[in-house]
Amino acid sequence: MNVRGILAIYKFEMARTGRTLMQSIVSPVLSTCLYFIVFGAAIGSRITEVDGVSYGSFIVPGLIMLSLLTQSVSNASFGIYFPRFSGTIYEILSAPVSYLEIVIGYAGAAATKSVILGTIILATAGFFVDLHVAHPFVMAGFLILTSVTFSLLGFIIGIWADGFEKLQIVPLLVITPLTFLGGTFYSIDMLPPIWQKISLLNPVVYLVSGFRWAFYDKGDVSIVASFVMSMVFLGICLALIAWIFRTGYRLKD
Amino acid sequence: MQPVIQIQNLQKSYKGGFQALKDINLDIEKGEIFALLGPNGAGKTTLISIVCGIVNATSGSVTADGFDIVRDYRETRSRIGLVPQELTTDAFETVWDTVSFSRGLFGKAPNPAHIEKILKQLSLWEKKDSKIMTLSGGMKRRVLIAKALSHEPSILFLDEPTAGVDVELRKDMWEVVRGLQQSGVTIILTTHYIEEAEMMADRVGVIRKGEIILVEEKNALMRKLGEKQLKIHLQQKLDAVPDTLKKHGLELGNDGETLVYTYDTAAGRTGITGLLSDLSEAKIRFNDIETSERSLEDIFVNLVHEDEGEDEE
Repeated sequence: MNVRGILAIYKFEMARTGRTLMQSIVSPVLSTCLYFIVFGAAIGSRITEVDGVSYGSFIVPGLIMLSLLTQSVSNASFGIYFPRFSGTIYEILSAPVSYLEIVIGYAGAAATKSVILGTIILATAGFFVDLHVAHPFVMAGFLILTSVTFSLLGFIIGIWADGFEKLQIVPLLVITPLTFLGGTFYSIDMLPPIWQKISLLNPVVYLVSGFRWAFYDKGDVSIVASFVMSMVFLGICLALIAWIFRTGYRLKD
Repeated sequence: MQPVIQIQNLQKSYKGGFQALKDINLDIEKGEIFALLGPNGAGKTTLISIVCGIVNATSGSVTADGFDIVRDYRETRSRIGLVPQELTTDAFETVWDTVSFSRGLFGKAPNPAHIEKILKQLSLWEKKDSKIMTLSGGMKRRVLIAKALSHEPSILFLDEPTAGVDVELRKDMWEVVRGLQQSGVTIILTTHYIEEAEMMADRVGVIRKGEIILVEEKNALMRKLGEKQLKIHLQQKLDAVPDTLKKHGLELGNDGETLVYTYDTAAGRTGITGLLSDLSEAKIRFNDIETSERSLEDIFVNLVHEDEGEDEE
């Protein structure tokens, strides 16, 4: 394995975060603070508790997940798309690095940024609400698993996109709506029965629910279902990436 | 001795049916400078891209140092350096960082002394902390060369390395390339500057419409295909070539003061003695005689043009 090659890509991507600190870290943290003010303080003052948890605390896992999903996808997709756009991808393709090593470098860096971001948002949330994490290891596990999975999804989007517009389409038109409708700000038990059933088709419900379970020992679906769905999603992303590299789709032709 | 690069029956077809390479067979010898010449769209960059792993071949095989470029890609790619045709560099990285990145990407341990040596060799040392976006086009070209040399390759592909580079820098680069050859690096370059191939190459290949139409040792090629011209500077102007001299195929210079005779150096008889004798008989006196050789550029243009003629037929 070309460990130095992986590290070179990883460090390059992490250095890019350092150069774009405002966009990568400060901006999502600011957005999260605004969510806390609007949903937690203003609207939350009229909703006392959800499942025995104060509304402000209830939305913390969902808010972290919202940033995690969008930032993982954005970072990883931009990371691989930009070398394709600028032409510097020639160097990656002509280097003695395997496809797996390339993915580890790019998606690993994007996932690392997301985990750092999630941790910062969690710490920020502590300024607004009382935090309680019932299962810290499960919480950390979900944080990492979700970051990795959505970084892989971002990598796929970065390969698929043939323009900056396409790069934004999936995060804006798919990920964000699914996250908002995935129980970020409410429990799906609060929905009419038919919408509860429809919501179960939304994969983000399982991610938010699993993450929330790690905090409050309560979720919309069982923790096992959340874990299985996360692994299924991870498997789909890995299979798609394997196909991309096997065929050279949008990279070698 | 086994060629350092062996290309066999290589074909590349793109979606839509365009055939970029047609059954290419080519051997590159260890330690040589091989110049690949061809008009735009001939398939030079596609060929290089396949050998370097950037483009998948449709069929055929390529080995580098005896290793297959697909099966043993780690072995082959770690031996190969590539300077691409386009100025594809990062913008926000510093020169030092981007060259160090390349070395790491190719799996080599950090070696600041080696990178310092390359940057000094390419007159980039003063710019090592500059962001690439602040550099001129020529400087960026040098950065690309530095990146390609960072992992100490034994085979170097230079795809139009001096395109858009001023004359002085071009000469500096030639010196760097010669130095690399002396240190044992095999160099394959494509160029539009025939002068570059003429100055640098040990062997020359010509590719046209995806086919290698000629591979020849440069000096032999110039000897074999080279024609010479004999220019006769006349004492008195002529209005036309006299009938007695027409059999020599002479051309009258525009000013009427020179006669130009073209002959083949490879031919047993050049016809110069007969021409001079006929000139004397025709009482045409001259002040001076000069000869000039055809350049590689003339040969290249003739080859490509000849082939186009065949196509038209």
